[in-house]
Amino acid sequence: MTALPSTRLTSAPDSRTLFVIKTVFLGNPVTMVAALVIFIFICVAILAPLIAPYDPLAQSYLTINIYPSAEHWLGTDQFGRDVLSRLIYGSRNSLIFGITAPFLAAIIGTTLGVTAGYFGGLVDRLVTRLIDLLLAFPELLLAIIIMAALGGGFWNIIVVLTIAFVPGFARVARASTLAVKQEPYVEAAISVGVRTPTIIIRHIVPNIAAPIVVLMTLWVASAIRLEAALSFLGIGTRPPHPSWGNIIRDGLNNIFGSPWPIIGAGLAITVVVLSFNLIGDAVRDVLDPEGGE
Amino acid sequence: MNDVLVKAEGVTKFFGGEGRLFSKEKTPQVRAVDGVSFEMFAGETLAVVGESGCGKSTLGRLLLRLLEPTGGRIEIDGTDLTQISKEALRNSRRKMQMVFQDPYGSLSPRRTIAEIIAEPLEVFEPSMSSRARRERVADLLEQVGLSPDIMDRRPRQFSGGQRQRIGIARAIALNPALIVADEPVSALDVSVQAQIVNLLQDLQQDKGFSYFFVAHDLAVVRHIADRVMVMYLGRVVEIGPKSKIYAAPQHPYTQALLSAAPEPDPEGNTKRIILQGDVPSPTKVPSGCSFRTRCPLAQPICSSERPELRQVAEGQLAACHFAETNPIRQ
Repeated sequence: MTALPSTRLTSAPDSRTLFVIKTVFLGNPVTMVAALVIFIFICVAILAPLIAPYDPLAQSYLTINIYPSAEHWLGTDQFGRDVLSRLIYGSRNSLIFGITAPFLAAIIGTTLGVTAGYFGGLVDRLVTRLIDLLLAFPELLLAIIIMAALGGGFWNIIVVLTIAFVPGFARVARASTLAVKQEPYVEAAISVGVRTPTIIIRHIVPNIAAPIVVLMTLWVASAIRLEAALSFLGIGTRPPHPSWGNIIRDGLNNIFGSPWPIIGAGLAITVVVLSFNLIGDAVRDVLDPEGGE
Repeated sequence: MNDVLVKAEGVTKFFGGEGRLFSKEKTPQVRAVDGVSFEMFAGETLAVVGESGCGKSTLGRLLLRLLEPTGGRIEIDGTDLTQISKEALRNSRRKMQMVFQDPYGSLSPRRTIAEIIAEPLEVFEPSMSSRARRERVADLLEQVGLSPDIMDRRPRQFSGGQRQRIGIARAIALNPALIVADEPVSALDVSVQAQIVNLLQDLQQDKGFSYFFVAHDLAVVRHIADRVMVMYLGRVVEIGPKSKIYAAPQHPYTQALLSAAPEPDPEGNTKRIILQGDVPSPTKVPSGCSFRTRCPLAQPICSSERPELRQVAEGQLAACHFAETNPIRQ
């Protein structure tokens, strides 16, 4: 028998995760700006009571439909409420829904999708049919149906948005699981006697996480849009509490009196949605070419 | 040496053939492994050869019950794997391990080398401290010719040969009795192949486990095998000691297979047996002897009667009606 050549290696330490973060946020000035914008909006939402110059609900006959001025930077609406303060408080609602719903939907959808993909058979058929059923409705229509049944309110909005996003996550998770399940390392784990739940948590989920994370970033934008649409239609956040959607709705009736609520809220939605989309794209660009890394 | 470790009887695996929802037609049934019986002894290397699609890898997976057999019995160390519960099966996995063909796919890209090799230890020796576990991993890495310093890196930093060594370290972590090696060197460079084959042999000498060595490279098989099993369309056509199979193959398929292997000697004038046609689809296995459609010796009896494996020389079995009178000799 020949002696075994010892294989000694020297190479850079593993810094892949850091690399991803660096590439996503520092690789491209546009993405950096987008990240900065979101950071600012989150700070604004958290610090709303400190930043907002007026009470967002305080009405005054003396200040109806004022144009932007030193006292009211973005003017006032038909009830004399300060538009800037309403936008600042509205960002709380929009961001909470925008981030919570995709996050919950990612957890539920991934659980469903991975279960269906890994076990196959009857479970798979049931889950797939359920997903198809939900996907058959446009998100907004589905949301309206459920809101009509449940009524408004904070938690109901979260539930609605989550249900609207679950099928997308479930479908992606299922498809990725089907691919990863075929990998020899999963078979290797089975053959060394690892229990099924451990295999799923340790070997399947980390390897399908990339597309899920990308989807989540992209859908934060959709959730903000959807909440705005629901509030605009009058079944989301209830007036007088501000959200970007119902600020636009209120403003629409008074567009000739004061266009500032619509302009302000429209811009805020556009900028935040665009920023989240840009970050989503950057994450996808970094994660995709590697194929699951 | 002569204790029976693996005993397979009439092992069968069909894929497909199921009814489908809203359809009366069934999916075509593939007879991947069709009534295979054999024995393996402790400490020996049984090499399984055959063309792609002959069911050799499937058979390896059936032995570990990574696939559910459609029929037959598989006994390992006296336990019938086809009858035991899931939990008992999981427990018996410590006796049998697998080395995979694809060194890139068989290591999870997100885990460190230490986590990968320690996984079987975690499952079967949960009381082991993490320090002891790391020491064991270091020891295993040294046994497969790698430096223990690498244990906190991830698989992408290694070459195919190094990854295969890591896969072997995982397979031997629990000192199994049986290792199913599914074409462990066919994805590697030729120079690396020799190192890995030698490593497998050295480990076997040290630890005494048996290899169920699936391969299609006859040169590798000649080097490592004690006995050789030849498969064609999911059936065993010939099995016997390496020396006899290589020197005096009795089944016409074995003869054709061996004659197709390239000879290193340019002066040697070996006669090539060129088989006519292609391997029939495993969805439509010919009646009687499955090799008869391509066999130069085929007679009417071959289509009506399936030849059973029978002894043709000491320790050598062949499934051919004309094994004794076979005129083709190398």
